[in-house]
Amino acid sequence: MLGVNRKICDLCEECIKACPFKAIEVKDGYVEINAACKLCKICIKRCPKNAIVFIDGKRPEVNKDEWKGIMVYVEHVDGKIHPVTFELIGKAVELASKINQPVYSIFIGCEIKDKANELLYYGVDKVFVYDDEQFKYFRADVYANAFEDCIKKIKPSIVLVGATSMGRSLAPRVSVRFRTGLTADCTVLDIRENTDLVQIRPAFGGNIMAQIVTPNSRPQFATVRYKVMDRAKCAENPKGTVELCTMPPNKLSSGINVIKVVPKEQQPSISDAEVIVAGGRGLKDKKDLDMLEELAQLLGGQTAVSRPLVEAGWMPYTKQIGLSGRTVRPKLIITCGISGAVQFTACMNTSDCIIAINKDKNAPIFKIAHYGIVGDLYEVIPALIEQIKNKEGVACNAI
Amino acid sequence: MNIIVCIKQVPGTTKVEVDEKTGVLKRENVESKMNPYDLYAIETALWVKEKTGGKVIAITMGPPQAQAILKEAYMMGVDEGYLLSDRRFAGADVLATSYTLSQGMKTIGNFDLIICGKQTTDGDTSQVGPSLAEYLEIPHVAWVKKIDQITEKSIIVEQDLADSTETAELGFPCLITVEKDIMQPRLPSYKKKLETADREIKVLTLDDFADRDNSNYGLNGSPTKVERIFPPESNTSQEMFEGPPQELAVKIYDVLKQIKVIRQ
Repeated sequence: MLGVNRKICDLCEECIKACPFKAIEVKDGYVEINAACKLCKICIKRCPKNAIVFIDGKRPEVNKDEWKGIMVYVEHVDGKIHPVTFELIGKAVELASKINQPVYSIFIGCEIKDKANELLYYGVDKVFVYDDEQFKYFRADVYANAFEDCIKKIKPSIVLVGATSMGRSLAPRVSVRFRTGLTADCTVLDIRENTDLVQIRPAFGGNIMAQIVTPNSRPQFATVRYKVMDRAKCAENPKGTVELCTMPPNKLSSGINVIKVVPKEQQPSISDAEVIVAGGRGLKDKKDLDMLEELAQLLGGQTAVSRPLVEAGWMPYTKQIGLSGRTVRPKLIITCGISGAVQFTACMNTSDCIIAINKDKNAPIFKIAHYGIVGDLYEVIPALIEQIKNKEGVACNAI
Repeated sequence: MNIIVCIKQVPGTTKVEVDEKTGVLKRENVESKMNPYDLYAIETALWVKEKTGGKVIAITMGPPQAQAILKEAYMMGVDEGYLLSDRRFAGADVLATSYTLSQGMKTIGNFDLIICGKQTTDGDTSQVGPSLAEYLEIPHVAWVKKIDQITEKSIIVEQDLADSTETAELGFPCLITVEKDIMQPRLPSYKKKLETADREIKVLTLDDFADRDNSNYGLNGSPTKVERIFPPESNTSQEMFEGPPQELAVKIYDVLKQIKVIRQ
């Protein structure tokens, strides 16, 4: 916290003017800092007398040499491993090689132990499996018990968890048990020689990026969203091993009683789509939408349209992007034969990547596109579909 | 039943900027408001109270100005409000924030059900609710999108997981974090505003807590350190391509690989 040296302070009030949070006031003839203080320390720099000081509360130093390796939480549903896991392993392998430490996985579930070998093919040195009837459904409290047990045994320096619904419910509980730091939704991870994890994450809806470290606590917890990191490469000769772990019965009782689990009916909404292939007036016939649909399928996305095609009755209103339709913010949008009226672009221009295909190189859509493709969609899209079909590599998880 | 809702005051906009010189968020002239996701938590709490009776207590940690959102909560029908405010709480991360809230709740005393919004719009972590449950050693379910049943003894909720909906029963005390749209929040009422104009907001400081060791609070109690903040790299680079369709297709293919829509 901040302290004001009353012997030096001459009540010039420069600090009061400088404080962005209205956290400094004069009370009973002294400058006082109130609970609005965010510790931005602007006042320290601004004080002409150096009367404001930062009082640091020291925590006991952690012995970082006692904590080794990177542990990845294996997210899955009934043993089917969520792809974010392989992305985390890819990152863990990369980071671990920089500090020459092992990569671990923790796999908690019911009747899953046969699936653990798969993880070794991605370069994991050791998989710890907690296989028990009590882990049939995801329940944060008992899952945290197994997680805690494993961390106590292994003492990893870093723990990575997918920033999924389950991961974001589980990781906080486990990190609290170790009174350590947890950084959510990291988009960039790097590591220092002293094993400090450098974590970069967006805040304020992505308008600010923050670089965060956990310098004096172990393990360092981070969650990472799906499709942010590169998937792990297949290891030629997996050398890792699988270890089965058990828990005492008292650690298997939960305060949560799962009554049923119902798979969601997939009602895809273009607002949730990560990839969108959008068609507009450049399309000549309703059946040409099939071509866009094929491309969207190949990319794991959905099709959408601009207003004229909805008015023509080619697509339902729920598929319309625009002021009179939906707003979208996918990872990728490919617009095909859309000129880019502001009513359309206003509802998609925050997309992470915009590829526009249009014959007219002066079309306004090119002003907001990251990649402008000047060409005929009837030539470019079939060529692209062929390219993807020919070159699509064998997915790693085919093993 | 005693229901506690956790709420937070956040900047009125997410369009914030970093001061290039100091590396600090520019918060001047930014209006504050209640975290929008907390409105759903308050509505859920009021709904529960209508079913079971009892009272709804709102709790927030923040500067003295955060009283404003407690007043707003009163206008929606919340019965009591607590502000945890102390400059020793400043600079708290998830761990220190949830610890401070847990100490506040232990000071307030009896609670059966704690309800949090799914996340805030400034920190965006959605981690404080589950962390708080851990500190209080009570079970929690996050991402609740529907309450199926509530009785004196337990609550049955539907948890929104990405590919499935898990229905679970929890005994009290417990904590839930609720999704947007679980219920439509009511508007603050002018009548309630008049009724609650003089209603007290109780302010708790570190000195009111059982644990008064200030190394557990604020920046001191926060294991994570923000080293720097900076604006995101702008995605404004633009490239135009012309040429034969085959070449254009290859160009798009390369972009798709680069942004990881296609795996190599």
